[in-house]
Amino acid sequence: MSQTEPWFAVRTALSARRTRLLTLASFLLPLLVWCAVSYLPFVWHPKVSITDPGDVGYFSVGMLADKELFAEEAANMREQGKAEPQGFRANPVYLPAPHEVAIAFYTAFTTEPKRRSEKWLHESLWHSITIIFWGFFLSSIIGVPLGILCGTYMAISRLHEPFVEFFRYLPAPAFGALAVAILGIHDGPKIAIIFIGTFFQQVLVVANTTRKLDIALVEAALTLGANRIQLLFRVVIPGIITDLYRDLRILLGWAWTYLIVAELIGTSSGITWFITQQARYKNFDNVYAAIIMIGIIGLASDLLLAWLGKRMFRWEKAAAKA
Amino acid sequence: MMTELELQSYLEQEEAVKKRFDKLKQRDVILQVNNLSKKFKTPQGEVTALNNVNFQTHRREFVCIIGASGCGKSTLIRILAGLESPSDGEVLLDGKPVIGPGPDRGMVFQGYTLFPWLTVKKNVMFGLQMQKHSPAVSESEAMQWIDLVGLEKFADAYPHQLSGGMKQRVAIARALANRPRILLMDEPFGALDAQTRAKVQAYLLEIWRNIDITIVFITHDLDEAIYLADRILVLKPHPGEVLEMIEVPVRRPRSPEQFISTEFLATKKRLEELIHPVQEEEENIEDKLNMFRLTKVGDDVEGDIEDIEA
Repeated sequence: MSQTEPWFAVRTALSARRTRLLTLASFLLPLLVWCAVSYLPFVWHPKVSITDPGDVGYFSVGMLADKELFAEEAANMREQGKAEPQGFRANPVYLPAPHEVAIAFYTAFTTEPKRRSEKWLHESLWHSITIIFWGFFLSSIIGVPLGILCGTYMAISRLHEPFVEFFRYLPAPAFGALAVAILGIHDGPKIAIIFIGTFFQQVLVVANTTRKLDIALVEAALTLGANRIQLLFRVVIPGIITDLYRDLRILLGWAWTYLIVAELIGTSSGITWFITQQARYKNFDNVYAAIIMIGIIGLASDLLLAWLGKRMFRWEKAAAKA
Repeated sequence: MMTELELQSYLEQEEAVKKRFDKLKQRDVILQVNNLSKKFKTPQGEVTALNNVNFQTHRREFVCIIGASGCGKSTLIRILAGLESPSDGEVLLDGKPVIGPGPDRGMVFQGYTLFPWLTVKKNVMFGLQMQKHSPAVSESEAMQWIDLVGLEKFADAYPHQLSGGMKQRVAIARALANRPRILLMDEPFGALDAQTRAKVQAYLLEIWRNIDITIVFITHDLDEAIYLADRILVLKPHPGEVLEMIEVPVRRPRSPEQFISTEFLATKKRLEELIHPVQEEEENIEDKLNMFRLTKVGDDVEGDIEDIEA
C-alpha cells in the first residue's frame, strides 16, 4: 500500500504536492537554462568583452568582439611583441542575464521618459490594456449573442457561419492600412485589429459550444411549457454559461497575441512603442522586461478570471468530474 | 429441469380485478391515439417506425408500453409529448389534438435531464415559472412536490449531489408540479440498479395512487410493466405495430411478493410469447457461440459432484 504512485500513468491525476512541484518546475526550468547560458562562461558566450584593448588599434574598452577574432588579434600582438588585448567571455547584447532583466524590470518603471511627449512605462502598459479591453469587449457584445443564436437556430447559423468561416482566414493585420484610412492613426485602427482578430473566431467557437448543449435539457424544458424566449434565456444560456466563460478566457488570450501587431498600426503606442523604442537604443534588458510583463499580465488576468469563475458557477464542480 | 408450472390464462380475472377494470373503463378517456403512423427518411430510404397505432387511456389509468428494441416505443412517447409530429393519424388529449410540446403533458426522460445549474427546488419550480406563476407561489408549490417525493432535505442541493434514484424522483416532482393531465415516462428507471429501481417503482405507485394523474410508462422490463400497469400495450418491431393490449390480472395494491403469483407469471409468459416468439432453428444458429475448451479435463466449474463420479 505504501508503494509510490507512478509519475507517468496515462490520464491519471497527480497528487496536489506533485502538481505544485511540477508547476514550479515549469517556470524554474527555462529560468535555469537562461541562468546557465548567462552565468557559466563555458556555455555559449561567443563574444569577448574587452577590458583593455592593448595595442589593437580598433579595439576599445567595453567593445564586444567575436571570440575567434579576439584570439586572432591576441596571437598577432604576441608575435609582434606588442601588448595583448584583455577581456572576458560574454554573450551578445541581445541576450542579457536574468539579473540585468530583473533590474530593468524595476528601473523601467522608475525611469523618467526622455521627452515630455513620451509616456511612463506604466502609462504605456495601461494604454495597451485599454486597447485589448475595447477590442475584446466590442467583439464580445456582438460575437457572443451572434454565436449563441447560430448555435441555437440552424437558419441563423446557415446565414452567417459560411461567411464567418471565410473571413476568419483573412489575417487581421492585413486590414491595418484600411483601418488607418477609415479610423485614423490613433486608437481606432488598433481596436479594430483586435476586434477583427477575435470576432470571427469567437462566433464560431461560441456557436459550437452552444451546439454542445444536451438536447435533452431543451426537450425537458419544452415539456415543462417553456416558450422560445424562455428556452433561450432560461435553458440555453445558463446551460452553456460555464463553457462560454472558458471560451472567452481562451479568446482573451488570443486577443493579446494581436496586441503587438495592432499597436504598430498608425502611431506606435503602448507597450509596443516601449519595446521598439528600447530595442532602438539596444536596451535589450528593457525589451525582455516588457515582454515578460505582457506574459505576467496575461497569466494573472487569466488566473483571476478562473478564480472568479469558480466562485460564480458553484454547480460546476462535480459536472467537471463526471 | 425447470418444472413447468400449470399456469392459468392471463385472460382470467378475479371478480375484484374485473370490477376494478369495469370502473376504470367508466372513467373519461384522457388520451386517444388514432391511426398513428411515423415514417423517417434515412439515407437508406424511408423507414416506418410506427404503423397505424390505435389505443386509448382512461383517467388515472397506468399504462405501460412494452416491446423489443426498434418497436418505436420511444418514438411513440415522443409523439405523445409533442417532441415529434406524426406522419399520419392524430393524438387527442381530452379530445383536443396535440400540437407540439406543452405543460399539459409532463415527461420524465430516460437520461437525467435535471438542469445542473439549478438546485432541486429551482428545478421543480421551473415549469411553474414558465407558466408565469409568482415566485412565492412557485416556491411553496414546488416544496409540496419535493415533500411528496421525500426529498425536502435536498431542496437546496444541486443535481450532481444526488444519486440516480433521487434525480429521477426530482424529475417526477418537476413534471408533476405543472399539474399535467398525463405523465409520460420513457424508461425512466432504466439506468438504476435493481434495488434502487424497486424502491422508485414503489414510490411511483404510491404517488400515482394519491394524485389525479394518468401515466403512460415505457419499459423493456417485463416485471416492471406487470408490477406497475393496469394495462400493457405490447408493440412489435419493424414496423412498430400494436400486438395486443393486455389487462394485467394482478390485484392491486401491488407488492413485490406478487412477482411469483400465478396471475403475474401467466401475464409474464404471455408477454414473453409476444415479444420473443419461438424462432426458426436456422435463425438461432447465428446466436450460438463457437466454443471450444481451453481448460483441463476434470477442472470443471459447473458439473455437480455426482455427475462427475457417475
